[in-house]
Amino acid sequence: MRFLARVEVRLRPGIADPEGATIERALPAMGFDGVASVSAGRAFRVEIDASDLSAAQSMAASLADRLLANPVIEESIIEVAPL
Amino acid sequence: MAGTIGVVVFPGTNCEHDAVSAVETLGGSARLVFHTETSLDDLDGIILPGGFAHGDYLRPGAIARFSPIMGAVSAFAAAGGPVVGICNGFQVLCEAHLLPGALQKNRGLSFLCQPATLVVASTGSILTSGATVGQRLEVPINHFSGSYTCDVETLRILEDEDRIVLRYATNPNGSIADIAGIANGPGNVVGLMPHPERAVSELLGSSDGAVLLRSLLDAASVAA
Repeated sequence: MRFLARVEVRLRPGIADPEGATIERALPAMGFDGVASVSAGRAFRVEIDASDLSAAQSMAASLADRLLANPVIEESIIEVAPL
Repeated sequence: MAGTIGVVVFPGTNCEHDAVSAVETLGGSARLVFHTETSLDDLDGIILPGGFAHGDYLRPGAIARFSPIMGAVSAFAAAGGPVVGICNGFQVLCEAHLLPGALQKNRGLSFLCQPATLVVASTGSILTSGATVGQRLEVPINHFSGSYTCDVETLRILEDEDRIVLRYATNPNGSIADIAGIANGPGNVVGLMPHPERAVSELLGSSDGAVLLRSLLDAASVAA
């Protein structure tokens, strides 16, 4: 079966986020007055062939931890669903 | 006997010839080591030079860490061999967990290419053994992701074990505790963002990087 893993990688709480801060400052200058906070991250879509959902979730967690995120400064949020 | 320095070349590395030239200027010998090689047996010291290994895709150093040569670099480091990561090489060493922490995008999001004044904070490493604590060195920086960061516990260990080897006199990039370079526990693996190989001749504006690279050559000579 084929599954789609959506992996969102974001900075851990407390790690400085100069990209997010820069975007946060730019938005009010464009007229978006209601923006309270912006944080920057990355999103990945990984298609996985696996025998079942549990195996796909396990592989997604492993590849996110070993490559997509640097656990020293980042954490990942993973959603896996059948394609 | 003088040792030979291996300068590792990943696809996208661009400071390898500067590193070889600097080593030779200081009387040492060096050879390029392509990232697909798997043995460092003929070498006595390793430099991971600057550049954009594997395009810096994903994160600087994230893909380079899995290059075939990195297994040999880890073994070389574990055996006590001198290893220096400069700029992108520092990022690779952190991603490979040969050094703790990580390099983030600079505070202010500017690419920085300018001289920096460094202060030698520890001489207990193979890169700073020939310097003196408090010595000020003019060495250029050239990076976008050079802001060193780590958790509070790691910073405490680095400070307690005297492993912060170089600090910026004026912090250019927002790195924690003004860190410009750190070492591993035994002091044989060092990473730094500034480029000592670009500061080995007054013609280049400074020869202050020579004391650092000479320390590496001395360590490699002992290893040979």
